[in-house]
Amino acid sequence: MSIYFTEDHEWIKVDGDTGIVGISTYAAKALGDVVFVDLPEVGAEFDKGDEAGAVDSVKAASEIYTPVTGEVTEVNELLVDEPAKVNEDPMGKAWFFKVKISDASELDGLMDEAKYKAYLEDM
Amino acid sequence: MVPFAGYDMPVQYPLGVMKEHLHTRAKAGLFDVSHMGQCFITADDGTFETAAKALETLVPASIQDLNPGQQRYSQLLNKDGGILDDLMISRMGFKGHEHQLYLVVNAGCKDADYKHIAGHLPKGVSLSVKDDTLSLIALQGPRAKDILGCLNPAVEELVFMTHTDVELSEVEGGSLYAHVSRSGYTGEDGYEISAKHEDMLRLVKELLKYDDVEPIGLGARDSLRMEAGLCLYGHDIDTTTNPIEAGLIWSIQKHRREGGNYLGAKAVEDTIKNKPKRRLVGIKPDGRAPAREGTEVQDMDGKPIGAITSGGFGPSADGPVAMGYVSAKFSKAGTPVQLIVRGKPRPASVVKMPFSPHNYYRG
Repeated sequence: MSIYFTEDHEWIKVDGDTGIVGISTYAAKALGDVVFVDLPEVGAEFDKGDEAGAVDSVKAASEIYTPVTGEVTEVNELLVDEPAKVNEDPMGKAWFFKVKISDASELDGLMDEAKYKAYLEDM
Repeated sequence: MVPFAGYDMPVQYPLGVMKEHLHTRAKAGLFDVSHMGQCFITADDGTFETAAKALETLVPASIQDLNPGQQRYSQLLNKDGGILDDLMISRMGFKGHEHQLYLVVNAGCKDADYKHIAGHLPKGVSLSVKDDTLSLIALQGPRAKDILGCLNPAVEELVFMTHTDVELSEVEGGSLYAHVSRSGYTGEDGYEISAKHEDMLRLVKELLKYDDVEPIGLGARDSLRMEAGLCLYGHDIDTTTNPIEAGLIWSIQKHRREGGNYLGAKAVEDTIKNKPKRRLVGIKPDGRAPAREGTEVQDMDGKPIGAITSGGFGPSADGPVAMGYVSAKFSKAGTPVQLIVRGKPRPASVVKMPFSPHNYYRG
Protein backbone atom coordinates (compact mmCIF):
# COMPACT_ATOMS: atom_id res chain seq x y z
CA MET A 1 0.00 0.00 0.00
CA SER A 2 1.31 3.45 -0.86
CA ILE A 3 0.57 6.47 1.20
CA TYR A 4 0.20 10.02 -0.10
CA PHE A 5 -0.40 13.35 1.62
CA THR A 6 -2.12 16.60 0.69
CA GLU A 7 -1.13 20.13 1.63
CA ASP A 8 -4.21 20.21 3.91
CA HIS A 9 -2.78 17.29 5.88
CA GLU A 10 -5.11 14.56 4.65
CA TRP A 11 -3.52 11.19 3.86
CA ILE A 12 -4.66 8.52 1.44
CA LYS A 13 -3.49 4.90 1.54
CA VAL A 14 -3.86 3.34 -1.88
CA ASP A 15 -4.44 -0.34 -2.65
CA GLY A 16 -5.39 -0.89 -6.26
CA ASP A 17 -8.28 1.43 -7.00
CA THR A 18 -9.34 1.76 -3.35
CA GLY A 19 -8.16 4.64 -1.24
CA ILE A 20 -8.50 5.01 2.54
CA VAL A 21 -8.55 8.64 3.70
CA GLY A 22 -7.63 10.14 7.06
CA ILE A 23 -5.88 13.14 8.58
CA SER A 24 -2.22 13.24 9.56
CA THR A 25 -0.75 13.17 13.06
CA TYR A 26 0.24 16.81 12.53
CA ALA A 27 -3.36 17.78 11.80
CA ALA A 28 -4.74 15.79 14.73
CA LYS A 29 -2.27 17.46 17.08
CA ALA A 30 -3.08 20.93 15.73
CA LEU A 31 -6.80 20.34 16.20
CA GLY A 32 -6.58 19.27 19.80
CA ASP A 33 -9.24 17.11 21.47
CA VAL A 34 -11.58 15.93 18.71
CA VAL A 35 -15.22 15.86 19.82
CA PHE A 36 -17.14 15.22 16.61
CA VAL A 37 -16.52 13.87 13.12
CA ASP A 38 -18.80 14.67 10.19
CA LEU A 39 -18.50 11.74 7.77
CA PRO A 40 -19.71 11.69 4.16
CA GLU A 41 -22.60 9.49 3.04
CA VAL A 42 -21.74 6.10 1.57
CA GLY A 43 -22.32 6.40 -2.16
CA ALA A 44 -21.55 10.12 -2.27
CA GLU A 45 -19.43 11.17 -5.22
CA PHE A 46 -16.81 13.87 -4.87
CA ASP A 47 -14.33 15.58 -7.14
CA LYS A 48 -10.76 15.91 -5.93
CA GLY A 49 -10.61 18.80 -3.49
CA ASP A 50 -14.31 18.76 -2.57
CA GLU A 51 -15.33 19.06 1.05
CA ALA A 52 -16.15 15.49 2.04
CA GLY A 53 -16.56 15.94 5.78
CA ALA A 54 -15.32 17.81 8.81
CA VAL A 55 -13.65 17.39 12.18
CA ASP A 56 -14.69 19.35 15.26
CA SER A 57 -12.32 19.77 18.14
CA VAL A 58 -12.98 21.72 21.33
CA LYS A 59 -11.17 24.63 19.72
CA ALA A 60 -12.32 24.70 16.12
CA ALA A 61 -13.88 22.95 13.14
CA SER A 62 -11.80 21.84 10.17
CA GLU A 63 -13.04 20.68 6.78
CA ILE A 64 -11.79 17.42 5.26
CA TYR A 65 -11.14 17.67 1.53
CA THR A 66 -11.01 14.50 -0.49
CA PRO A 67 -7.59 13.95 -2.11
CA VAL A 68 -9.09 12.15 -5.14
CA THR A 69 -12.19 12.06 -7.33
CA GLY A 70 -14.38 9.06 -6.62
CA GLU A 71 -17.27 7.42 -4.82
CA VAL A 72 -17.34 6.86 -1.07
CA THR A 73 -17.64 3.13 -0.47
CA GLU A 74 -17.37 2.93 3.30
CA VAL A 75 -17.18 5.26 6.31
CA ASN A 76 -15.58 4.57 9.69
CA GLU A 77 -18.50 4.21 12.11
CA LEU A 78 -16.00 3.98 15.00
CA LEU A 79 -15.51 7.75 14.76
CA VAL A 80 -19.20 8.41 15.33
CA ASP A 81 -19.05 6.97 18.85
CA GLU A 82 -15.39 7.58 19.57
CA PRO A 83 -14.27 10.80 17.87
CA ALA A 84 -11.28 10.98 20.27
CA LYS A 85 -9.76 8.08 18.32
CA VAL A 86 -8.62 10.72 15.84
CA ASN A 87 -6.20 11.99 18.49
CA GLU A 88 -5.17 8.46 19.52
CA ASP A 89 -4.50 6.84 16.18
CA PRO A 90 -4.93 9.30 13.29
CA MET A 91 -2.82 7.25 10.88
CA GLY A 92 -4.52 3.91 11.57
CA LYS A 93 -7.75 3.14 13.41
CA ALA A 94 -9.14 6.67 12.91
CA TRP A 95 -9.45 6.54 9.09
CA PHE A 96 -12.45 8.56 7.87
CA PHE A 97 -13.73 6.96 4.68
CA LYS A 98 -12.83 4.66 1.81
CA VAL A 99 -13.09 5.86 -1.77
CA LYS A 100 -13.15 4.15 -5.19
CA ILE A 101 -10.46 6.04 -7.09
CA SER A 102 -11.70 6.93 -10.57
CA ASP A 103 -8.50 8.58 -11.83
CA ALA A 104 -5.21 7.21 -10.45
CA SER A 105 -3.22 9.94 -12.20
CA GLU A 106 -4.52 12.40 -9.57
CA LEU A 107 -2.17 10.72 -7.08
CA ASP A 108 0.78 12.14 -9.01
CA GLY A 109 -0.05 15.58 -7.68
CA LEU A 110 0.14 14.44 -4.04
CA MET A 111 3.18 14.21 -1.74
CA ASP A 112 4.80 10.96 -0.69
CA GLU A 113 5.88 10.45 2.92
CA ALA A 114 9.29 12.02 2.43
CA LYS A 115 7.94 15.06 0.60
CA TYR A 116 5.27 15.55 3.29
CA LYS A 117 7.89 15.38 6.04
CA ALA A 118 9.89 18.07 4.22
CA TYR A 119 6.70 20.11 3.73
CA LEU A 120 6.07 20.01 7.49
CA GLU A 121 9.61 21.13 8.23
CA ASP A 122 9.25 24.09 5.90
CA MET A 123 6.06 25.24 7.57
CA MET B 1 0.60 30.76 21.28
CA VAL B 2 -1.74 33.04 19.36
CA PRO B 3 -2.20 36.80 19.03
CA PHE B 4 -5.08 37.97 21.22
CA ALA B 5 -6.05 41.64 21.57
CA GLY B 6 -2.47 42.60 20.78
CA TYR B 7 -0.96 40.09 23.20
CA ASP B 8 0.78 36.75 22.65
CA MET B 9 -1.24 34.18 24.58
CA PRO B 10 -1.49 30.39 24.86
CA VAL B 11 -4.60 28.62 23.56
CA GLN B 12 -3.64 25.71 25.74
CA TYR B 13 -0.86 24.31 27.88
CA PRO B 14 0.40 20.70 27.56
CA LEU B 15 -2.74 19.32 29.26
CA GLY B 16 -4.92 20.43 26.36
CA VAL B 17 -8.22 22.31 26.27
CA MET B 18 -10.49 19.49 27.41
CA LYS B 19 -8.38 18.46 30.42
CA GLU B 20 -7.73 22.09 31.41
CA HIS B 21 -11.47 22.78 31.35
CA LEU B 22 -12.36 19.70 33.44
CA HIS B 23 -9.50 20.36 35.84
CA THR B 24 -10.77 23.86 36.58
CA ARG B 25 -14.22 22.59 37.55
CA ALA B 26 -12.72 19.76 39.64
CA LYS B 27 -9.75 21.45 41.28
CA ALA B 28 -8.19 24.86 40.49
CA GLY B 29 -7.26 26.55 37.23
CA LEU B 30 -4.84 29.45 37.04
CA PHE B 31 -5.46 32.04 34.33
CA ASP B 32 -3.12 34.84 33.26
CA VAL B 33 -5.44 37.73 32.46
CA SER B 34 -2.88 40.50 32.68
CA HIS B 35 -3.83 41.66 29.21
CA MET B 36 -7.03 43.16 30.64
CA GLY B 37 -7.27 46.83 31.54
CA GLN B 38 -7.12 48.03 35.15
CA CYS B 39 -7.83 51.62 36.11
CA PHE B 40 -9.10 53.85 38.90
CA ILE B 41 -11.60 56.70 38.98
CA THR B 42 -10.95 59.25 41.70
CA ALA B 43 -12.57 62.56 42.56
CA ASP B 44 -10.35 65.53 43.45
CA ASP B 45 -12.62 66.32 46.39
CA GLY B 46 -11.79 62.89 47.85
CA THR B 47 -15.44 61.78 48.07
CA PHE B 48 -16.89 58.57 46.74
CA GLU B 49 -20.13 60.35 45.89
CA THR B 50 -18.51 62.57 43.27
CA ALA B 51 -16.68 59.70 41.59
CA ALA B 52 -19.75 57.43 41.71
CA LYS B 53 -22.05 60.07 40.27
CA ALA B 54 -19.60 60.57 37.42
CA LEU B 55 -19.44 56.84 36.59
CA GLU B 56 -23.23 56.60 36.79
CA THR B 57 -23.39 58.78 33.66
CA LEU B 58 -21.53 56.08 31.74
CA VAL B 59 -22.96 52.77 32.96
CA PRO B 60 -26.53 51.61 33.68
CA ALA B 61 -25.59 49.98 37.01
CA SER B 62 -26.10 51.76 40.30
CA ILE B 63 -22.73 52.88 41.64
CA GLN B 64 -23.55 55.36 44.41
CA ASP B 65 -24.92 52.63 46.70
CA LEU B 66 -21.84 50.42 46.42
CA ASN B 67 -20.35 49.61 49.82
CA PRO B 68 -16.59 49.59 50.32
CA GLY B 69 -15.38 46.14 49.30
CA GLN B 70 -18.29 45.51 46.96
CA GLN B 71 -18.27 45.10 43.19
CA ARG B 72 -20.71 44.96 40.31
CA TYR B 73 -20.78 43.87 36.69
CA SER B 74 -21.94 46.42 34.16
CA GLN B 75 -21.45 47.76 30.64
CA LEU B 76 -20.20 50.96 29.02
CA LEU B 77 -22.86 52.06 26.55
CA ASN B 78 -22.90 54.43 23.61
CA LYS B 79 -25.67 56.97 23.13
CA ASP B 80 -27.83 54.39 21.32
CA GLY B 81 -27.58 51.90 24.16
CA GLY B 82 -25.14 49.72 22.24
CA ILE B 83 -22.49 48.01 24.35
CA LEU B 84 -18.97 49.43 24.06
CA ASP B 85 -17.56 46.97 26.60
CA ASP B 86 -18.53 45.04 29.70
CA LEU B 87 -16.61 45.51 32.91
CA MET B 88 -16.26 44.92 36.64
CA ILE B 89 -16.62 47.95 38.88
CA SER B 90 -15.39 47.85 42.47
CA ARG B 91 -15.56 50.33 45.31
CA MET B 92 -12.21 50.02 47.04
CA GLY B 93 -12.41 48.68 50.60
CA PHE B 94 -8.87 49.54 51.65
CA LYS B 95 -8.79 52.09 54.46
CA GLY B 96 -8.12 55.53 53.05
CA HIS B 97 -9.12 54.44 49.57
CA GLU B 98 -12.86 53.85 49.97
CA HIS B 99 -13.58 56.84 47.78
CA GLN B 100 -11.97 55.17 44.77
CA LEU B 101 -13.51 53.10 42.03
CA TYR B 102 -11.47 50.28 40.48
CA LEU B 103 -12.46 49.11 37.01
CA VAL B 104 -11.38 46.06 35.01
CA VAL B 105 -12.12 46.19 31.28
CA ASN B 106 -11.51 43.94 28.29
CA ALA B 107 -8.10 44.01 26.66
CA GLY B 108 -9.43 44.46 23.14
CA CYS B 109 -11.39 47.54 24.17
CA LYS B 110 -9.23 49.09 26.83
CA ASP B 111 -7.70 51.92 24.83
CA ALA B 112 -11.10 52.92 23.46
CA ASP B 113 -12.64 52.52 26.93
CA TYR B 114 -10.07 54.76 28.59
CA LYS B 115 -10.57 57.43 25.94
CA HIS B 116 -14.33 57.15 26.30
CA ILE B 117 -14.32 57.34 30.09
CA ALA B 118 -11.75 60.15 30.28
CA GLY B 119 -13.62 62.08 27.62
CA HIS B 120 -16.85 61.95 29.62
CA LEU B 121 -15.63 62.52 33.15
CA PRO B 122 -16.51 65.95 34.53
CA LYS B 123 -13.89 68.38 35.76
CA GLY B 124 -12.66 67.27 39.16
CA VAL B 125 -12.87 63.53 38.44
CA SER B 126 -9.98 61.71 36.84
CA LEU B 127 -9.07 58.34 35.38
CA SER B 128 -5.81 56.69 36.31
CA VAL B 129 -4.70 53.75 34.17
CA LYS B 130 -2.54 51.17 35.95
CA ASP B 131 -1.69 48.72 33.17
CA ASP B 132 1.98 49.64 33.39
CA THR B 133 2.18 48.62 37.04
CA LEU B 134 -0.45 45.98 37.72
CA SER B 135 -0.85 42.38 36.55
CA LEU B 136 -4.00 40.28 36.91
CA ILE B 137 -4.58 36.55 37.35
CA ALA B 138 -7.54 34.38 38.21
CA LEU B 139 -7.64 31.21 40.32
CA GLN B 140 -10.91 29.38 39.71
CA GLY B 141 -12.39 26.12 40.93
CA PRO B 142 -13.45 24.36 44.14
CA ARG B 143 -9.88 24.17 45.48
CA ALA B 144 -9.17 27.88 44.95
CA LYS B 145 -10.34 28.96 48.40
CA ASP B 146 -8.21 26.46 50.32
CA ILE B 147 -5.17 27.18 48.21
CA LEU B 148 -5.36 30.98 48.27
CA GLY B 149 -6.44 30.64 51.89
CA CYS B 150 -2.98 29.21 52.61
CA LEU B 151 -1.54 32.56 51.56
CA ASN B 152 -4.06 34.53 53.63
CA PRO B 153 -7.11 32.96 55.36
CA ALA B 154 -8.99 36.27 55.08
CA VAL B 155 -9.82 35.50 51.45
CA GLU B 156 -11.93 32.51 52.50
CA GLU B 157 -14.43 34.85 54.16
CA LEU B 158 -15.09 36.88 51.05
CA VAL B 159 -18.44 36.23 49.44
CA PHE B 160 -19.09 36.40 45.71
CA MET B 161 -18.63 39.90 44.25
CA THR B 162 -16.72 41.30 47.22
CA HIS B 163 -13.03 41.99 47.49
CA THR B 164 -10.24 42.84 49.86
CA ASP B 165 -6.67 44.19 49.77
CA VAL B 166 -4.35 41.96 51.74
CA GLU B 167 -0.89 40.66 52.24
CA LEU B 168 -0.29 37.23 50.78
CA SER B 169 2.37 35.38 52.77
CA GLU B 170 3.92 31.94 52.39
CA VAL B 171 5.18 33.13 49.04
CA GLU B 172 8.76 32.29 48.14
CA GLY B 173 10.73 35.50 47.94
CA GLY B 174 8.63 37.28 50.52
CA SER B 175 5.03 38.28 51.08
CA LEU B 176 3.30 40.64 48.67
CA TYR B 177 0.23 42.85 48.58
CA ALA B 178 -2.69 41.93 46.36
CA HIS B 179 -6.22 43.01 45.59
CA VAL B 180 -8.30 39.85 45.79
CA SER B 181 -11.89 39.66 44.60
CA ARG B 182 -14.17 36.66 44.82
CA SER B 183 -15.31 36.67 41.21
CA GLY B 184 -14.44 35.19 37.89
CA TYR B 185 -15.38 34.15 34.39
CA THR B 186 -15.90 30.40 34.75
CA GLY B 187 -19.05 30.00 36.84
CA GLU B 188 -16.94 28.36 39.57
CA ASP B 189 -16.00 29.73 42.99
CA GLY B 190 -12.68 31.49 42.77
CA TYR B 191 -10.72 34.68 42.82
CA GLU B 192 -9.31 37.38 40.58
CA ILE B 193 -6.06 38.73 41.93
CA SER B 194 -4.33 41.96 41.04
CA ALA B 195 -0.77 42.66 42.10
CA LYS B 196 2.24 44.67 41.00
CA HIS B 197 4.14 43.28 38.01
CA GLU B 198 7.24 42.61 40.08
CA ASP B 199 5.27 40.52 42.61
CA MET B 200 2.98 38.65 40.25
CA LEU B 201 5.55 36.27 38.81
CA ARG B 202 6.45 35.10 42.32
CA LEU B 203 2.79 34.67 43.18
CA VAL B 204 2.12 32.64 40.05
CA LYS B 205 5.18 30.43 40.69
CA GLU B 206 3.98 29.86 44.26
CA LEU B 207 0.44 28.93 43.17
CA LEU B 208 1.74 26.56 40.52
CA LYS B 209 3.59 24.64 43.26
CA TYR B 210 0.24 23.30 44.44
CA ASP B 211 -0.57 19.95 42.78
CA ASP B 212 -4.17 20.96 42.37
CA VAL B 213 -3.33 24.08 40.36
CA GLU B 214 -2.87 23.89 36.61
CA PRO B 215 -2.28 26.75 34.16
CA ILE B 216 -5.26 27.24 31.83
CA GLY B 217 -5.20 28.66 28.30
CA LEU B 218 -7.61 30.66 26.15
CA GLY B 219 -9.32 27.58 24.72
CA ALA B 220 -10.56 26.32 28.07
CA ARG B 221 -11.28 29.86 29.24
CA ASP B 222 -13.74 30.14 26.39
CA SER B 223 -15.40 26.75 26.92
CA LEU B 224 -15.69 27.42 30.67
CA ARG B 225 -17.37 30.81 30.30
CA MET B 226 -19.64 29.53 27.53
CA GLU B 227 -20.91 26.71 29.73
CA ALA B 228 -21.43 29.29 32.48
CA GLY B 229 -23.60 31.35 30.14
CA LEU B 230 -21.28 34.36 30.35
CA CYS B 231 -21.00 36.81 27.46
CA LEU B 232 -17.81 37.43 25.54
CA TYR B 233 -17.47 40.98 24.28
CA GLY B 234 -17.12 41.19 20.54
CA HIS B 235 -19.12 38.01 20.12
CA ASP B 236 -22.28 37.86 22.29
CA ILE B 237 -22.32 41.58 22.98
CA ASP B 238 -21.09 44.51 20.95
CA THR B 239 -22.22 47.93 19.83
CA THR B 240 -25.14 46.41 17.90
CA THR B 241 -26.62 44.81 21.01
CA ASN B 242 -28.07 46.46 24.09
CA PRO B 243 -28.04 45.00 27.61
CA ILE B 244 -31.74 44.12 27.58
CA GLU B 245 -31.52 42.04 24.38
CA ALA B 246 -28.40 40.39 25.81
CA GLY B 247 -30.25 39.25 28.92
CA LEU B 248 -28.27 41.55 31.18
CA ILE B 249 -31.16 43.46 32.78
CA TRP B 250 -30.23 41.78 36.07
CA SER B 251 -27.09 43.94 36.10
CA ILE B 252 -29.20 47.11 36.02
CA GLN B 253 -30.49 47.75 39.53
CA LYS B 254 -34.26 48.42 39.63
CA HIS B 255 -34.10 52.13 40.34
CA ARG B 256 -31.78 52.60 37.36
CA ARG B 257 -34.27 51.08 34.92
CA GLU B 258 -36.26 54.30 34.71
CA GLY B 259 -35.11 57.90 34.52
CA GLY B 260 -31.47 56.85 34.26
CA ASN B 261 -28.94 59.57 33.46
CA TYR B 262 -26.37 57.38 31.73
CA LEU B 263 -25.37 57.44 28.08
CA GLY B 264 -27.82 55.22 26.21
CA ALA B 265 -30.45 55.27 28.97
CA LYS B 266 -33.27 56.22 26.63
CA ALA B 267 -32.65 53.29 24.27
CA VAL B 268 -32.35 50.89 27.20
CA GLU B 269 -35.54 52.16 28.84
CA ASP B 270 -37.43 51.99 25.54
CA THR B 271 -36.34 48.37 25.10
CA ILE B 272 -37.45 47.51 28.63
CA LYS B 273 -40.82 49.15 28.04
CA ASN B 274 -41.48 47.76 24.58
CA LYS B 275 -39.75 44.42 25.18
CA PRO B 276 -36.72 43.48 23.07
CA LYS B 277 -37.35 42.18 19.55
CA ARG B 278 -34.64 39.59 19.91
CA ARG B 279 -32.98 37.87 22.86
CA LEU B 280 -29.67 36.19 23.61
CA VAL B 281 -30.47 32.61 24.57
CA GLY B 282 -28.76 29.33 25.21
CA ILE B 283 -29.02 26.88 22.32
CA LYS B 284 -28.33 23.18 22.68
CA PRO B 285 -27.79 21.16 19.48
CA ASP B 286 -29.59 17.81 19.68
CA GLY B 287 -26.73 15.77 18.25
CA ARG B 288 -23.00 15.86 18.83
CA ALA B 289 -22.05 18.37 16.13
CA PRO B 290 -21.00 21.73 17.59
CA ALA B 291 -22.49 24.84 15.99
CA ARG B 292 -20.13 27.77 15.98
CA GLU B 293 -20.31 31.55 15.86
CA GLY B 294 -22.10 32.72 12.73
CA THR B 295 -24.25 29.60 12.34
CA GLU B 296 -27.72 30.53 11.07
CA VAL B 297 -30.63 29.66 13.34
CA GLN B 298 -33.93 28.85 11.64
CA ASP B 299 -37.41 28.02 12.84
CA MET B 300 -38.79 24.58 12.01
CA ASP B 301 -40.18 25.97 8.72
CA GLY B 302 -36.73 26.96 7.58
CA LYS B 303 -37.16 30.71 8.16
CA PRO B 304 -34.07 32.48 9.52
CA ILE B 305 -34.70 33.71 13.07
CA GLY B 306 -31.22 34.46 14.34
CA ALA B 307 -27.58 33.43 14.57
CA ILE B 308 -25.16 31.78 16.97
CA THR B 309 -22.76 34.25 18.61
CA SER B 310 -20.75 31.71 20.64
CA GLY B 311 -20.68 27.98 20.17
CA GLY B 312 -18.49 25.00 20.71
CA PHE B 313 -18.12 21.88 22.75
CA GLY B 314 -18.77 21.89 26.49
CA PRO B 315 -16.61 19.28 28.22
CA SER B 316 -18.60 19.47 31.47
CA ALA B 317 -21.90 19.41 29.60
CA ASP B 318 -20.42 16.54 27.57
CA GLY B 319 -21.89 17.91 24.38
CA PRO B 320 -22.12 20.94 22.11
CA VAL B 321 -23.29 24.21 23.69
CA ALA B 322 -24.05 27.57 22.13
CA MET B 323 -25.50 31.05 22.64
CA GLY B 324 -27.14 33.22 20.06
CA TYR B 325 -29.80 35.79 19.33
CA VAL B 326 -33.23 34.68 18.21
CA SER B 327 -36.39 36.65 17.49
CA ALA B 328 -38.20 37.21 20.77
CA LYS B 329 -41.07 34.85 20.03
CA PHE B 330 -38.66 31.93 19.77
CA SER B 331 -36.78 32.76 22.94
CA LYS B 332 -38.70 30.57 25.35
CA ALA B 333 -36.78 27.57 26.74
CA GLY B 334 -37.81 24.39 24.98
CA THR B 335 -38.47 26.05 21.61
CA PRO B 336 -37.22 23.76 18.84
CA VAL B 337 -34.98 25.38 16.22
CA GLN B 338 -32.70 24.30 13.37
CA LEU B 339 -29.05 25.18 12.98
CA ILE B 340 -27.49 25.25 9.52
CA VAL B 341 -24.12 23.58 10.00
CA ARG B 342 -22.08 23.02 6.82
CA GLY B 343 -25.20 23.43 4.71
CA LYS B 344 -27.24 20.86 6.63
CA PRO B 345 -30.09 21.68 9.03
CA ARG B 346 -29.46 20.20 12.47
CA PRO B 347 -32.12 20.13 15.20
CA ALA B 348 -31.52 22.06 18.42
CA SER B 349 -33.48 23.62 21.27
CA VAL B 350 -33.49 26.95 23.05
CA VAL B 351 -32.41 26.25 26.62
CA LYS B 352 -31.94 28.12 29.87
CA MET B 353 -28.34 28.81 30.75
CA PRO B 354 -25.97 28.00 32.37
CA PHE B 355 -25.02 24.66 30.83
CA SER B 356 -22.92 23.93 33.91
CA PRO B 357 -24.31 25.02 37.30
CA HIS B 358 -22.73 28.05 38.96
CA ASN B 359 -20.85 27.43 42.20
CA TYR B 360 -20.50 30.96 43.53
CA TYR B 361 -19.86 31.28 47.26
CA ARG B 362 -22.58 33.36 48.78
CA GLY B 363 -21.74 32.73 52.44
